[in-house]
Amino acid sequence: MKPLLTANNLSVQFGGLKAVNNVSFEVWPNEVFSLIGPNGAGKTTIFNLISGLYRPTSGFVTFEGEKISHLAPYEIARLGIARTFQNIELFEHATVLQNLLVGRHCHRHTNWFQDLLFTPRVRQTELQFRRTVEEVIEFLELQHYRDSMVAGLPYGVRKVVELGRALSMRPKLLLLDEPSSGLNVEETEDMGFWIEDIKHDLGITVIMVEHDMGLVSRVSDRVFALNQGEELALGTAAEVQAHPAVVEAYLGGADG
Amino acid sequence: MRFLFKTAYQQDIRLFKHGGQAFWYSALGLALLAAPFVLPDYWVSQLNFIWIYSIVSVGLMILVGFTGQVSIGHAAFLAMGAYTEAYLQGHGWPFALSLTFSALVAGITGVIVGLPALRVKGMYLAIATMAFGFIVEEGIARADSITGGNAGRMLGSLEVFGIPIDSELRMYFLTLIVLALVVLGVMNLLRSPTGRAFVAIRDSEISAQSMGINLARYKTIAFALSAAITGLAGALYAHKLRFLSPDQFTFLQSIELLIILVVGGVGSIYGAIFGAAFWIVVQQLIVLAKDWLPPAIGQQTGLQPTIFGLILVAFVLFEPMGLYGRWLKVRTFFQLFPFYRKGMFRRQKSYMKSERLK
Repeated sequence: MKPLLTANNLSVQFGGLKAVNNVSFEVWPNEVFSLIGPNGAGKTTIFNLISGLYRPTSGFVTFEGEKISHLAPYEIARLGIARTFQNIELFEHATVLQNLLVGRHCHRHTNWFQDLLFTPRVRQTELQFRRTVEEVIEFLELQHYRDSMVAGLPYGVRKVVELGRALSMRPKLLLLDEPSSGLNVEETEDMGFWIEDIKHDLGITVIMVEHDMGLVSRVSDRVFALNQGEELALGTAAEVQAHPAVVEAYLGGADG
Repeated sequence: MRFLFKTAYQQDIRLFKHGGQAFWYSALGLALLAAPFVLPDYWVSQLNFIWIYSIVSVGLMILVGFTGQVSIGHAAFLAMGAYTEAYLQGHGWPFALSLTFSALVAGITGVIVGLPALRVKGMYLAIATMAFGFIVEEGIARADSITGGNAGRMLGSLEVFGIPIDSELRMYFLTLIVLALVVLGVMNLLRSPTGRAFVAIRDSEISAQSMGINLARYKTIAFALSAAITGLAGALYAHKLRFLSPDQFTFLQSIELLIILVVGGVGSIYGAIFGAAFWIVVQQLIVLAKDWLPPAIGQQTGLQPTIFGLILVAFVLFEPMGLYGRWLKVRTFFQLFPFYRKGMFRRQKSYMKSERLK
């Protein structure tokens, strides 16, 4: 079996700050891979490197065996990598349905001119898109919010809508940036179920940045711990949590 | 109150969502067809201005209202369309061809002006488009041989497919048909992936590109379409005025076009048309009022800009959603009567946006 995604000696530097320093890992198909670490450890930076928002200073990322580090974000999305954002980046002045339909954008077969005329082909793809999106709506139980404007929705629902938008892409790899931040206990529980279902039922590989260790231990196959841009430990959730370097990063050294 | 039972996805794609809408729009269509036969010529002429300004506003709305890119040089695209039409007509091109070509010239210019939009945003883009506006204004004044320079350029009489457009009545149908086609096209865009990509770019560039939207491509399309539609309006404008000179396409006019959008309501096609109608009607009312006002006020030179300034301030303060927003509220009030609540349209402030990537 080949890894779906690899990071190879990935480094990125902002001025004098090494946000990510020589990090390597492999993500296998159909696993949930979690990145943990204290604030400023470089977790979100790694996400931005994978999805092409940042260029690595050195090292590279491969997806399905191909280097992707030189591609633009939209090209990377088209390969089948979807993501969510830590602070929710939804299209606020559009309905939930429209937000999810944007997720189908990479699968369009029509150009702007056909859209302008709304040719039968456009109509057909729109209906196909709608069918896919409705499956996602059903999966995430968003029926009630289908026609609501995002700007009026509570935080917890927005979080789910953002997950839904990423799922509408039918991606091969899903990057979740703190899926449980800002959610209450019950909503976090639901999020855990969904991540398990995304892996088992939809067969999508998930890379997740998360602080809630309860959620991490529940859904992750492997956990990668980072501190100050460098690798600390890699293994199952229990192994990583017991790792001395991780304990030190979170709680400080024994002599501290 | 109307309850919509949705049984097919087609229902959400249709232009008319239910029978009531189809009925009222048909009624409106009939009224518009009958209007020029009933109204005096003077008001038909004003309606023609409304239709032409509506086309411009719809064009500008694509860029400002839907894609979130600012342009304060749009009068230049209007000028490009107008002068191209004047020039081509002077060389004996048939109207259908010269109209298409005017839109094309403006559209291609739009692509070029859109180039800085791929790099800069907000204020800087505004400055870049403004500079473009000045360049075109100056260019028109200098290019004597094509534009007639500061002395201006006359247009010959217009003939469309052999029908002479020699009265306001005929002009009315020409402008109305073009407006209807433009609105139909833009509505089509909005219910298809291209329109959604525009809105996505407006609301969050960062997640738009992570959803697979090529920002450069769609911003360029938005600029090109917006400019082309404005050019189309420019060609009609040229025939409406019959005389073109550079001082008709100034920086101030670009600002006026933006004010029309704000007053009408940014982000909807209705807003563009309401704004254009409001603009022309208020202008006429000011002209009428001049005779009634005491001369000390009525004969002041800056009367019209002052009144428009006040109106703009009032809208920004009291109805940021514009005339369309007001219309929505009034309609909802009657639909829900007596259950309308104050503050129904108030939106929550967006959640933390401090950690934006760019």
